[in-house]
Amino acid sequence: MSFVSFRATFSRHDLVYIGILAALLFAILPLFLDIFRLNLVGKYLTYAFVALGLVLCWGYGGILSLGQGVFFGLGGYAMAMFLKLEASDPESTKIQSTPGIPDFMDWNQITELPWFWEPFYSLPFALLAIIIVPTLFAYIIGVAMFKRRVGGVYFAIITQAIASILTILIIGQQGYTGGVNGITDLRTLLGWDIRTDSAKYILYYLCCFLLLVCLVLAKLITKSKLGRLLVAMRDSEDRVRFSGYDVANFKIFVFCVGAAFAAIGGAMFTLQVGFMSPSFVGIVPSIEMVIFCAVGGRFSIYGAIYGTLVVNWAKTTFSESFPELWLFAMGALFIGVTMSFPRGLAGLYSSYVEPFILNRWKQLKSKQNLKVSAEQARV
Amino acid sequence: MQAQENQQARKSDARDFVLSVEGLTVSFDGFKAVNDLSFYVEEEEIRVIIGPNGAGKTTVLDLICGKTRSTEGSIKFRGKEITKQKEHQIVHGGIGRKFQNPSIYEDLTVYENLEISFPRGRNVFGALFFKRDDEVDAAVRETAETIFLDDQLDSVAGLLSHGQKQWLEIGMLLIQKPELLMLDEPVAGMSVAERKKTAELLNRITKGRAVIVIEHDMQFVEDIAHRVTVMHQGKVLSEGSMERVKNDEKVIEVYLGH
Repeated sequence: MSFVSFRATFSRHDLVYIGILAALLFAILPLFLDIFRLNLVGKYLTYAFVALGLVLCWGYGGILSLGQGVFFGLGGYAMAMFLKLEASDPESTKIQSTPGIPDFMDWNQITELPWFWEPFYSLPFALLAIIIVPTLFAYIIGVAMFKRRVGGVYFAIITQAIASILTILIIGQQGYTGGVNGITDLRTLLGWDIRTDSAKYILYYLCCFLLLVCLVLAKLITKSKLGRLLVAMRDSEDRVRFSGYDVANFKIFVFCVGAAFAAIGGAMFTLQVGFMSPSFVGIVPSIEMVIFCAVGGRFSIYGAIYGTLVVNWAKTTFSESFPELWLFAMGALFIGVTMSFPRGLAGLYSSYVEPFILNRWKQLKSKQNLKVSAEQARV
Repeated sequence: MQAQENQQARKSDARDFVLSVEGLTVSFDGFKAVNDLSFYVEEEEIRVIIGPNGAGKTTVLDLICGKTRSTEGSIKFRGKEITKQKEHQIVHGGIGRKFQNPSIYEDLTVYENLEISFPRGRNVFGALFFKRDDEVDAAVRETAETIFLDDQLDSVAGLLSHGQKQWLEIGMLLIQKPELLMLDEPVAGMSVAERKKTAELLNRITKGRAVIVIEHDMQFVEDIAHRVTVMHQGKVLSEGSMERVKNDEKVIEVYLGH
């Protein structure tokens, strides 16, 4: 069943934007970048999943979550747990005192695989867990917060606290989670080596494909009545409530969608980068992801993806030359964007670039029409 | 005397009234904003609540629509107790409420404002799969005409004048076809011409529904009220026709006199 008719959802503009993005991701970048850089882009794109979710939660729903790293991390860890178990077969771990369990467990004097690791031997289970665990967690947070009408700054602070708690938990439970190093040394997926260049290409394309799927889903949501309701809630929550809607349910839904997107990003991160660690779960990465979204434009699903790419490209370039200055630049960027162009790159585009392009297009068309009519006159 | 007996007889069978409020009390940290309040609204009645600032008028509406929870007492809508219901359930039951400041969705168009208020697809998946079909379109256009905004359907609501925003919010309630409509100062900040139009609008829309209005503008109250309830310090000071209330000494002393 379709949300609404295809044509009503995707205007010609949307098709052009999606086409340009697809061309950039699937053709232009792979043609011009070597595999090392392309893998890096693939890594950035995993953050774009989070930024896309934030457009829905924050831009549309007005729910600022400073803890999206939690969902990114949970998705990433679920993937990493499967890969780690595959990498820890008794053969390759025979020097351990307990062969067949992940190396970090052995280092922490754990002699038996913990019960919650067991199901991660199964790939279907792991794939389900990637989506379901973070979404369920988001659902629980959502019910606990939104049903009690916690919102705004309070919600942001609580999500930040949750990000912090989860990081501390992961680091503290070293034997079960790999601690501060995370889960490293991941090698194969069902026997397929994910570290080779060809695997990196395939994973990059998979990542782009999934991102476009999420983009289309996000577009469908924003174009449905639910999308308009989110905007309405941002304008006047009480009016929505007293028009017969249970406002909390809509917030929970969009928060869960954001979490599911982030989780897919996290899993793709683990696959492409080859490890997962608590440094992608905590407060700093969570806020960074909000910055990606803000720079790109929190009301634009396309902007979020470009914003993520631009900020990360800048981060890599700057931090290669001035590592100690980067954090300050990032802070300044965030303040600058929110104060002087709150609609981000997408806003700049729609107020300056787009009118220019449309004008040019019109001029071209009218010139052509003139030519045609002149010729007709001659005939 | 006879009338009073009638009233007494009716009270025993609350189902006769659209709304019956009995012994309603709400206290905020010991301060009783509404204190042992009782009143009854009949079918197709326009009831106006007046009273000095702080009398508890808006609080009564808040209590009925579930925004504020009562400490004691009962509110029955068509004989059914609603004090424990959630806000959206009360709306589904058929009570619509307009706020004092026009609350509309400024970033959406007039059409979208009305469409969102159309009573269908009110849960998450219903909203996700909601389709703008002919029934919705007809309802939106009909309502827009009623509230004098049929030529503004594609305007962004934030750009409407203050009076038009008030009408739009009334329209957003109308499209839900509530059986009881509650309006909090619907003509505040309106021009004289707009007030007249609003009075006409209210008289037109009471067909088949009861309306409770809070208003300060006495001319407007005279124009529309079937019955008036005067509130003072959380209690009913006087109740009856406008004529009766106007000549009530207690009312003149606390409200109309100055």
